[in-house]
Amino acid sequence: MGTSEHESAVKHVCGAAPYVDDTVDATYRHIAIGGSEIAHGQITRIDLSDVVASDGVVDVITSDDIPGHVDIGPVFKGDPLLTSTEIEFYGQAIFAVLADTRVQARKAIRKARIEYSKSVPVLELKEAIAKKLYVRPPHRMQRGDAIGALNDATNSPGIHTLSGEMRVGGQEHFYLEGQVATATPDEDNGVHVVSSNQNPTEAQKLVAEVLGLSMKDVLLETRRLGGGFGGKETQANACCCFAALFALRNQCKTVCRLSRRDDMIITGKRHEFINEYEVAFSDDGAINAVKYQLAGNCGSSPDLSDAIVDRAMFHCDNAYYYPNALIDGLRCKTHTVSNTAFRGFGGPQGMIASETVMDEIAFALQMDPLDVRKRNFYSDEGTDITPYYQVVTDFTVPRMVDSLEKSSGYRSRRDAIREYNRANHILKKGIALTPVKFGISFTATHLNQAGALLHLYTDGTVHLNHGGTEMGQGLFTKVAQVVSTELGVPLASIKISSTRTDKVPNTSATAASSGSDLNGMAALLAARKIKSRLTEFLLAEHNCTAQEIEFGAEGVRIANEEALSWQELATAAWVARISLSATGFYKTPDIYYDRENARGRPFLYYANGAAVSEVLIDTLTGELKLLRTDVIHDVGSSINEAIDIGQVEGGFIQGVGWLTTEELKWNTEGRLLTDGPATYKIPAIGDAPAEFNVELLADCPNPAPTVIRSKAVGEPPLMLAFSVWCAIRDAIAATGDYKVFPKLNAPATAEEILRCVDEVKAS
Amino acid sequence: MLQFLHQNQIINEARLPADLTVLDYLRESQSLCGTKEGCASGDCGACTVVIGELVQDAEGNETIRYRSANSCITFVGALHGKQLITVDELTQKTNPPSDTVTGLHPSQRVIVEHHASQCGFCTPGFVMSLFAAMKTAKDVPVSREYINEQLGGNLCRCTGYRPIIDAAEKLLNCGDIVDQFDHNAGDTIQALRGIADNSVETGSGFFRPVSLDQLYLLKQQHPDAAVLGGGTDLALRVTQQLDSLESVIMLDGVAALSFVTQTSDEIRIGAGTSLTGFRDALVHYCPELDPLLARFAGTQVRNQATVGGNFANASPVGDLPPVFIALNASLVLASARGERTVKVHEFFVSYKETLLQPDEIIREFMIPLAAFDVSLLPSGDNGIRIVNRFYKVSKRIDDDISAVCAAFHLQLSGNTVVAASTGFGGMAAIPKRAQALEATLAGRVLDEQCLLDAVVALTRDFQPIDDVRATAEYRSKVSANLLHRLAAEIYTPDVATTVESHGH
Repeated sequence: MGTSEHESAVKHVCGAAPYVDDTVDATYRHIAIGGSEIAHGQITRIDLSDVVASDGVVDVITSDDIPGHVDIGPVFKGDPLLTSTEIEFYGQAIFAVLADTRVQARKAIRKARIEYSKSVPVLELKEAIAKKLYVRPPHRMQRGDAIGALNDATNSPGIHTLSGEMRVGGQEHFYLEGQVATATPDEDNGVHVVSSNQNPTEAQKLVAEVLGLSMKDVLLETRRLGGGFGGKETQANACCCFAALFALRNQCKTVCRLSRRDDMIITGKRHEFINEYEVAFSDDGAINAVKYQLAGNCGSSPDLSDAIVDRAMFHCDNAYYYPNALIDGLRCKTHTVSNTAFRGFGGPQGMIASETVMDEIAFALQMDPLDVRKRNFYSDEGTDITPYYQVVTDFTVPRMVDSLEKSSGYRSRRDAIREYNRANHILKKGIALTPVKFGISFTATHLNQAGALLHLYTDGTVHLNHGGTEMGQGLFTKVAQVVSTELGVPLASIKISSTRTDKVPNTSATAASSGSDLNGMAALLAARKIKSRLTEFLLAEHNCTAQEIEFGAEGVRIANEEALSWQELATAAWVARISLSATGFYKTPDIYYDRENARGRPFLYYANGAAVSEVLIDTLTGELKLLRTDVIHDVGSSINEAIDIGQVEGGFIQGVGWLTTEELKWNTEGRLLTDGPATYKIPAIGDAPAEFNVELLADCPNPAPTVIRSKAVGEPPLMLAFSVWCAIRDAIAATGDYKVFPKLNAPATAEEILRCVDEVKAS
Repeated sequence: MLQFLHQNQIINEARLPADLTVLDYLRESQSLCGTKEGCASGDCGACTVVIGELVQDAEGNETIRYRSANSCITFVGALHGKQLITVDELTQKTNPPSDTVTGLHPSQRVIVEHHASQCGFCTPGFVMSLFAAMKTAKDVPVSREYINEQLGGNLCRCTGYRPIIDAAEKLLNCGDIVDQFDHNAGDTIQALRGIADNSVETGSGFFRPVSLDQLYLLKQQHPDAAVLGGGTDLALRVTQQLDSLESVIMLDGVAALSFVTQTSDEIRIGAGTSLTGFRDALVHYCPELDPLLARFAGTQVRNQATVGGNFANASPVGDLPPVFIALNASLVLASARGERTVKVHEFFVSYKETLLQPDEIIREFMIPLAAFDVSLLPSGDNGIRIVNRFYKVSKRIDDDISAVCAAFHLQLSGNTVVAASTGFGGMAAIPKRAQALEATLAGRVLDEQCLLDAVVALTRDFQPIDDVRATAEYRSKVSANLLHRLAAEIYTPDVATTVESHGH
């Protein structure tokens, strides 16, 4: 449909796109949050007298001052806004301060005297697995008889088994704009909260519950986020609640903005996982059975972890058919900050298990890992059923992989790399081609709904509102394009205003890559309503058929008659008392899931892609350079190619960061050490591949009935980064002449790469 | 009175707090919110502004030099006598004002044209770094490495950088662009000239001396005052620890601290020289040092941070001390009482403690020219070959702090090491020579046995620790492995030994 620029692009470059904190002036008071200095134990005494007396302090609250619900857990309980007794993680909020200035609030926090009775925290995922410490019960998914097949395998000629374990670390979102919300008291004891938030409706509900108000009393508004990535799906809510609470207690405007350090310490991250696997496979690399245990480190509370570990389980097949599969998902509890949504939502952590298995089978059989992958792709009837019984249809992975294999020169480059590695003893190269299949829909079926509101004004311009939030992904641009195409009005005539709970109610989070699928369709339906009313009006006024009416950027043309501009048409319809305002409502069809039996069709369709990456490692230091990446990604019929390519590239690099330089470290007391960009290293510009070729799969409309037949694109490309991680393994393997399987964990930091190189060399 | 040029106006500020950052000044005092706070620690570049400064070009004409800076860790005092340019000022206001697209500065337009903004929060910072790069780029076409260097201090979490790289290539390769700042250059020079380069004392604890004597006197009178070079480390006390700096003595006005000159046997480097200035000067003497300096923090920090600051803050992981130690450099500590010269390797006493006395400042450094030029060795040429190598190993290539920094200065006769001096960062509580290693290498060929012995020697020199950047084990392993890299580079110079130097 085009390559329109982001609706805010010009404002971005001018610094003229307001973010929440940009609207804060001297009339606002500032909030800071006081957190625990231990990871686990009980509070025995809270003395805030020096905090209260500190310069500029206006108000100080503890849990006792919360008029309504204390717990702001989004699905399950476990996330007190302020804790009064139990400490579950370092940094857990205990009190909050309102002061005249930001610095005064932050300085006051440091004057608290809190005493604790310490308990020994469980900080390591391994320990939580061993002790069976869970935030939610384990869940199992199975199809066929994996245990039987694995047992039989030991006595079957031509069948091999292997087993192993790998760890994949968590990830800090590092949205450039930190968590922030403002609140302004409204009449009737209401409150208007402006937040950098992926889920305004949930924030509205929680603010109401915390304050003991009704949802009608709380207006949540989000114009844009300076990055979200899942980190503002539930984690933005606390700032909203604090801002609203102080605003109403003190009848003043408030802002709650976390410092980068606080943000990194007290908000959740991507889950670390330890994946165990047992596989049976035949001589040709075909998998017969898999048994996985996927253990996610959920931190101290459930938050969204049940769905996140489920999504890991849904994706540990990736693009591969398992005749027999047994998948256990553990939701482990540790005394660390509660982990949360992050682009991919557990899917990547599950998928990396399958990619590890593919590589390890290839080593066992001395095959090219690509051949093992291809051997196991979902295929025709009989080999098209997932472990959760959804049938994989319209599977574009094999086609993309074949195309990429040729266009990237995979085979010849692989040979050249072997040659290079024979000649070079310090530097080693590696290459890998990996696919992605990612299920699209919220797996909680009821969340797959969206609303939109569309007004056509008498001058022919359009005001559009929907429940999705704009966090850089170009959602507003895409939805405006959809409306422009459906209605015919030019893009420039459409304004999308901030997401507001008083315009479109009861919305879902902008998450699960669903933003344009859901909101685009809702807006399309609203536009269709207006268009049909206009058509009816024109049919009544003019002696014509519907086929003779043509809507376009200039207005409407009716055969044999003078064209009407949009202004003329809208005005005429208004005079005729036609409603020019409509809502659109969409719910994803045909999806269902029986979680108890782990069967159903949780996803409307799959988004697919493939990538091949070539890396260079230094076997003396473990340093890494990404030499080249080629991607083909399937976005169906793209609504906006420039925006979709941006999502593919950005997701890929974010995945590369997660799998290479982004390492979270805690000390033995449970305090996060990597609490700023000086110590937590997201990719910088030099980490982008020296050569980066990205292509969207051409002429491949989504067979599922999505808006414009497009496909969701937010999360899937993140997992293209496995090509880099597997290429690193390939490079390391060169140090053992490809005889030893490098047991590489993630992130593959320089230190991890060197450890693995030395391990391979030593064996 | 603090005076600087902003939006074509001379701004006079009499009583700004000494520790007010430019970012807070812009956003909170001036309600200019185009400049964003991403981290408040100088590590993400979202707050990048450009500072214009009156300098003399090669022909001796006055011109304006534009350099980027992280406004979150730059105190307003640093603006005195300079021009502050923020993203808000780049757009040409047009009439009618709605037509913003045509008013975009080229550094803004390329971002829009290449779809190089997504969430947009980092974008103003990238625009300003691009603007600075455009003003300083010399060679066309620019290389990807140059772009990486110029933008390595700006983080973007959305785009994956490809469109930003494309935008930068477009901007920096399209030849001379004349913009409004060029048109106004005459007026700007005039305005900056009009700001007296006198000493400033704001009455709120901010001192800006302009001579060494004034500086020594102030330091004697206010021994507790914070000495502000580039402030890229000092400012973190304010933005991260929330300390208030009651009084600050700024070095920026003391021209006698900012120089790089050559005598018959030394390179003299004023302590106030920026890392950018140092790099520009040193590349002629020691091109081997350039890759390290290119990876020393980000461009914005290199523009602000001073050579002296990297020593005065006494960090065990600064990258210059190992280099200076290996090159056998000295430094001059000066005060109203007089001055003394000490060897750099003796300057660091223990963790965060140096020989610097409360009334002293670091005035300058001397690197013997013999470190680069065999003909100046006391022993004479004698067929000696000098090998200088500087290795930085960090988690991320761009803008990261070293896990290990190793500097080697070797004199070789044939394949035999005649003398070795070394400096290591990240391996101990202070930047340090590896004396046992040096003794082991001297008189030997770096063969298998020598390297085995060297690794043992290193374990005598250092017992590194675990910290957030690396484990002790990794540090030990890497420091030993770097000796293998060194040997490979000496004996098989055609073999690529680092992922950075590899061409493909």
